[in-house]
Amino acid sequence: MSMVDEPLYPIAVLIDELKNDDIQLRLNSIRKLSTIARALGEERTRKELIPFLSENNDDDDEVLLAMAEELGVFIPYVGGLEYAHVLLPPLETLCTVEETCVRDKAVESLCRIGSQMRETDLVDWFIPLVKRLAAGEWFTARVSACGLFHIAYPSASEMLKAELRTIYSHLCQDDMPMVRRSASTNLGKFAATVEPAHLKTEIMQIFEDLTQDDQDSVRLLAVEGCAALGKLLEPQDCIAHILPVIVIFSQDKSWRVRYMVANQLYELCEAVGPEPTKTDLVPAYVRLLRDNEAEVRIAAAGKVTKFSRILSPELAVQHILPCVKELSSDSSQHVRSALASVIMGMAPVLGKDSTIDQLLPIFLSLLKDEFPDVRLNIISKLDQVNQVIGIDLLSQSLLPAIVELAEDRHWRVRLAIIEYIPLLASQLGVGFFDDKLGALCMQWLQDKVYSIREAAANNLKRLAEEFGPDWAMQHIVPQVLEMVNNPHYLYRMTILSAISLLAPVMGSEITCSKLLPVVVTLAKDRVANIRFNVAKVLQSFIPIVDQSVMEKTVRPCLVELAEDPDVDVRYFSKQALEAIDQVMMST
Amino acid sequence: MDDVAMAPEGLEWKFSQVFGERAAGEEVQEVDIISAIEFDKNGDHLATGDRGGRVVLFERTDKIDGGVHRRVLEAMDCSSSQHPEFHYKTEFQSHEPEFDYLKSLEIEEKINKIRWCQTANNAMFLLSTNDKTIKFWKVQEKKIKKVCNFNLDPPKPTINGFVTTSNAPTSFKTCFTNGGSNDNPLNFRNNNVSLRGLTSLHLPTVTSHETSLLARCRKTYAHAHDYHINSISNNSDCETFISADDLRINLWNLEISSQSFNIVDKKPANMEDLTEVITSAEFHPSHCNMLAYSSSKGSIRLIDLRQSALCDTHSKLFEEHEAPGSKSFFSDIISSISDIKFSKGGRYILSRDYMTLKMWDINMGSGPVATFQVHEHLRPKLCDLYENDAIFDKFECCLSGDGQRVATGSYSHLFRVFGCSEGSTEATTLEATKNPTRRQVQTPPRFLRSPGGSDDVNGNSFDLTTKLLHLAWHPSENSIACAASNSLYMYYA
Repeated sequence: MSMVDEPLYPIAVLIDELKNDDIQLRLNSIRKLSTIARALGEERTRKELIPFLSENNDDDDEVLLAMAEELGVFIPYVGGLEYAHVLLPPLETLCTVEETCVRDKAVESLCRIGSQMRETDLVDWFIPLVKRLAAGEWFTARVSACGLFHIAYPSASEMLKAELRTIYSHLCQDDMPMVRRSASTNLGKFAATVEPAHLKTEIMQIFEDLTQDDQDSVRLLAVEGCAALGKLLEPQDCIAHILPVIVIFSQDKSWRVRYMVANQLYELCEAVGPEPTKTDLVPAYVRLLRDNEAEVRIAAAGKVTKFSRILSPELAVQHILPCVKELSSDSSQHVRSALASVIMGMAPVLGKDSTIDQLLPIFLSLLKDEFPDVRLNIISKLDQVNQVIGIDLLSQSLLPAIVELAEDRHWRVRLAIIEYIPLLASQLGVGFFDDKLGALCMQWLQDKVYSIREAAANNLKRLAEEFGPDWAMQHIVPQVLEMVNNPHYLYRMTILSAISLLAPVMGSEITCSKLLPVVVTLAKDRVANIRFNVAKVLQSFIPIVDQSVMEKTVRPCLVELAEDPDVDVRYFSKQALEAIDQVMMST
Repeated sequence: MDDVAMAPEGLEWKFSQVFGERAAGEEVQEVDIISAIEFDKNGDHLATGDRGGRVVLFERTDKIDGGVHRRVLEAMDCSSSQHPEFHYKTEFQSHEPEFDYLKSLEIEEKINKIRWCQTANNAMFLLSTNDKTIKFWKVQEKKIKKVCNFNLDPPKPTINGFVTTSNAPTSFKTCFTNGGSNDNPLNFRNNNVSLRGLTSLHLPTVTSHETSLLARCRKTYAHAHDYHINSISNNSDCETFISADDLRINLWNLEISSQSFNIVDKKPANMEDLTEVITSAEFHPSHCNMLAYSSSKGSIRLIDLRQSALCDTHSKLFEEHEAPGSKSFFSDIISSISDIKFSKGGRYILSRDYMTLKMWDINMGSGPVATFQVHEHLRPKLCDLYENDAIFDKFECCLSGDGQRVATGSYSHLFRVFGCSEGSTEATTLEATKNPTRRQVQTPPRFLRSPGGSDDVNGNSFDLTTKLLHLAWHPSENSIACAASNSLYMYYA
C-alpha cells in the first residue's frame, strides 16, 4: 500500500456513499462534504463536486436539508470569495423544492453566501438568481425569492433597484397566498435596505396592500411588519402611516389579527413612540382588553404590566386599571390566569398608595379564584409586590390560598405550590412560616404521590438553607425523625432521602448526633429497599462525618449490610465500603 | 344559476370509460369497494379511495400535447367531440387496519374522504382520511438512477463473502484505522484496489432514463378525533384544513401534525342530551374565514372563523321547516343531511338528504332555492328501508363546474342529474353501466307499479345492495365519475 492511498481511502468511501442506497450513509457523506472537497481540491470541487451536487436534487428531504446547510459554509472549499458564485446553482435548485424546511435552509445559506460576496459578483450572479426565482413557474421558487431581496438590493444599480422593487410588489400580489405570506414576512428586512425616499412611497404602498389582503394569514403577518417598518421610518411618517394601520388592525374583523396586535403591542408602541402611544394606542389597547374573544383578552392581559410601564402611573390608573379589574373576574379562566401571571408587576409601576387602594383587592380576589393556576400565578410573583407594600397586607388571604393549593386533588398543583414554598418562606419570614406552613411541609412527606414526597424532601433542604441549621434543628429535624417509624416502607424511604438531603446543610455535628443514629437503626429494617438505601445514604455521609465516627459507626454498619441476604443490599454496601477505603487511602 | 339566460338543454350522457369492471358473476371483494372519489382542482387527475385503504390515481390523457393528440385522434379515427379520458396512473396503500388498545376499538382502513392539495413542482399532494387518522401524501415522479463508476468496486456478493450491504464501506474504514491485518480477508481487496491505483478520486456517474411514481406519506395527523371523521376540507389559504367528526371540527396547519385547534364542539356535557351530530363540513372555496357544516337534523350552519376561536355559535343557519301535518316517524331520519358542497363561486350550497337534493343561496336562510326529488318512489317504502338500515345510507352530491347542474346517486346503481338553472326541467336518470340510458325510461313506472309492497324487491328493479353513494363532477367539463361498488364509471355529455 502506498502512503498516498491511505488518506484517499476513507474519502473514496465517502464519495461513493453520496450515492448509497442507505439514507443514513448518504446523510453522513453530505455532512462530511467539506472533507471530500478538501481531498478533491478547490478546482475539482468547483468543476466536479458542485455540478454533481446540483443534479442531486431529488434526494430525500433530510439529505437535501443537510446539503443546503453544508453549502452555506462552503466558500473556503471552492477557492474563497472569488469563486463564491459557483455555490449558487445548487442552492438555487434547493430553493425550489416542495419541502418548506429545505427551502428555508437554502435561502438562509444563500443569504449567508450573498452577504460575503463581492459587489460585482452579486450583480453578475446573485441578482439574476433572485430574478429567476421570482419569475419561477411554481410558487415554491417565488416563496424563496422573497427572502433574498434584502441581500440583492444594496449592490444593485439604480435601474436594477427599481426593477427589484417592482418585482417585490408583484410578489406581494401573487395569486398564491403562500407567496404573499412570504413577501409579507420578509418585507421588514427588505424595507431596511431600501432608500428612505422609496420607502415612503413604494414600500408603504406594498405594505398598505398587504394590510388589506383577503387572506387573514397574510394580514396577520403584516401586523409584524408594522413594528419593523415603524422603526425604519421617521417619527412623523410613522405616525402618519403606521399608526392608523395599527389602530385599524386593532379593530380588524378577524380575532386572529387582533390577537397579533395584542401580542405585538409593546413593539408597536416602541415603533410609534411615547406620545402617540398615550393618545392613540391606549384606547386601542383598552379595546383589546375588552375584546369579545377570550384569546385576544389573554394576549392583551399578558401585556398589562409591560404596557403600563411605558405609561405614566396616572394614565395607567385611569385607563388600564379599570380594565384590569374587569379582567380579574373574566369568564375565561385562561384570561384570569394570564392576568395573574403579570399583575404583581404592576405594583412597582403604580406605587404604594395605588397598589394598596386599587391592586390589593384584585390580588385578593385572584387569590380566591376557583382555578388553581390563577392562584399559583399570583403566589409565584409574590416578591414583586412585597417590595412595594410588604407582605402583611396579603398574608391573611395568602394562608387559606396556600392551604387549599397544598391540598388540591391534582398532584401537579400540589407540586407547583411546593416549588414556591421557599420563596414564600423568604417573603413571609420565619415567624409566619413556623405558625402556619411548617405542618404543611411535613404533611407533604406523606403524600400519596411519589413526586410530591420527593419535592417535599427537597423543599425541607431548601428551607434549611434559607433559615439556617439552628432553625432547622428546631423546626424540621425532630418532626422528620419522628416519622421514621411509619409502618409503610415508602414513607420511611422518603424520610431516608430527606435525611440524606438535609445532612450536608446541617453539618457534621448534627449529622453525627441526630441523623446518623436513625440511619443506622434503619439498617435493620425488614425491607431490603430501605436497607440498600441506607447503604447509599451512608456513602453520601462520607464527606460530612469525620473519620472516627466513620470507623466507629458507619463502617461496622456497612460491614454488617455487606453480609445481607439480599443481593442489592450487598452490592450497595460493598460500593460504600470501597468508597470509604478510597477516602482513607487518599488522606 | 348565475345567469338568467336561456335554460340549457338537457344533456345527452354517454359512456366514456370504466375501471375495474366486474365480469358477469364475479363476486365483489369488500376491500375493493370504492369509498371516495375526488377530482383535483383543474380536473387533470382523479383519485379514488376504497375500503381496503388504497388510493388509486388516474390521469387525464386526452390533452397531453396538441400535436401528438391530434395525430393520435386521427390514427384512432375518433369523433371530434372531445371528452376527458383518464388512464390509471398509480396506487398506494394509504391506511392500514389498526387497533386502538386503549379503547379496544378496531380502526378500519376504509378511506372516508380524499382531498387534493396545491400542486408544487409537478408533485401531487393529497389528504386522505379513514375514521381516525388523516394523512398527507406526496406523489411524485422519481428518476430511477443508475449509478456507476464508483471509486471502489461496487461491492459484489462474490468477493470474500462481501454482501452489498451498507456496512461494507464502514468495515473498510476500521480496517484502515487499525492498519490492516494480513489475516483479514478484506486485505486482499484493499491491496487489489490500491494496485489498480486509488491514486485519484472521482465522482460516481449518475444516469437516469426511466421514472417511476413514488407516493410518500409526508405527515400524519392523528389522535385528534374521538368520533369518526366524516369530512376533510382544505382552506383557500393553502395553509390549513379542517377535519370533522360527529361532534367536533378541528382546524389543522398542513405543516404541523402535532396539534390542531378545536373550532366547533357540539358535545353536550351529558351525552344523553345529544340530539344532533355533524354529518359533513366544507370550507368556502374562496373566503378563508367561512365554512359550512351540516347536521343530522337537516340544518346547515355557516360559521365565520373571524368571529371567535371557538365557533359554537353560527353566523347563519339554513333549514327548512316541514309543514306540521306532513311529519311522520321517518321525517327526522330522512331529513339528515349526508353531504354538502359549495358551488364553485361559493354563493350556493348543495345538500343531499335521504330523499332530496336541495340548493341553498347563502344569502337566503328561509329555505332552499330549489329542491329536487331523487327517488320519490321510495317514499312508500320507508318502513322497509328503515328495517334494513338502508335509510341511513349516506349519498354524496356534486355540482357541475358552471353551477348549472347537480347530481347525486340512488339505488340499483342509478344516479340522477338535474338542471338547476332557472326554468330548467332537466332531470335525467342514468345507470352506472356501459349503457347509462338503458333504464332511463322504464324504471320509474315500474317502481310506481309496486306501491308499498316489500316483497317485490328484486335485483332488477330495486336493488338496495347496489347503491351509488360516491360520485364527482369534473371541475370544468360535463363529465361525471361515479362508483358502482368496485367499478369506477365515467360519463360525459
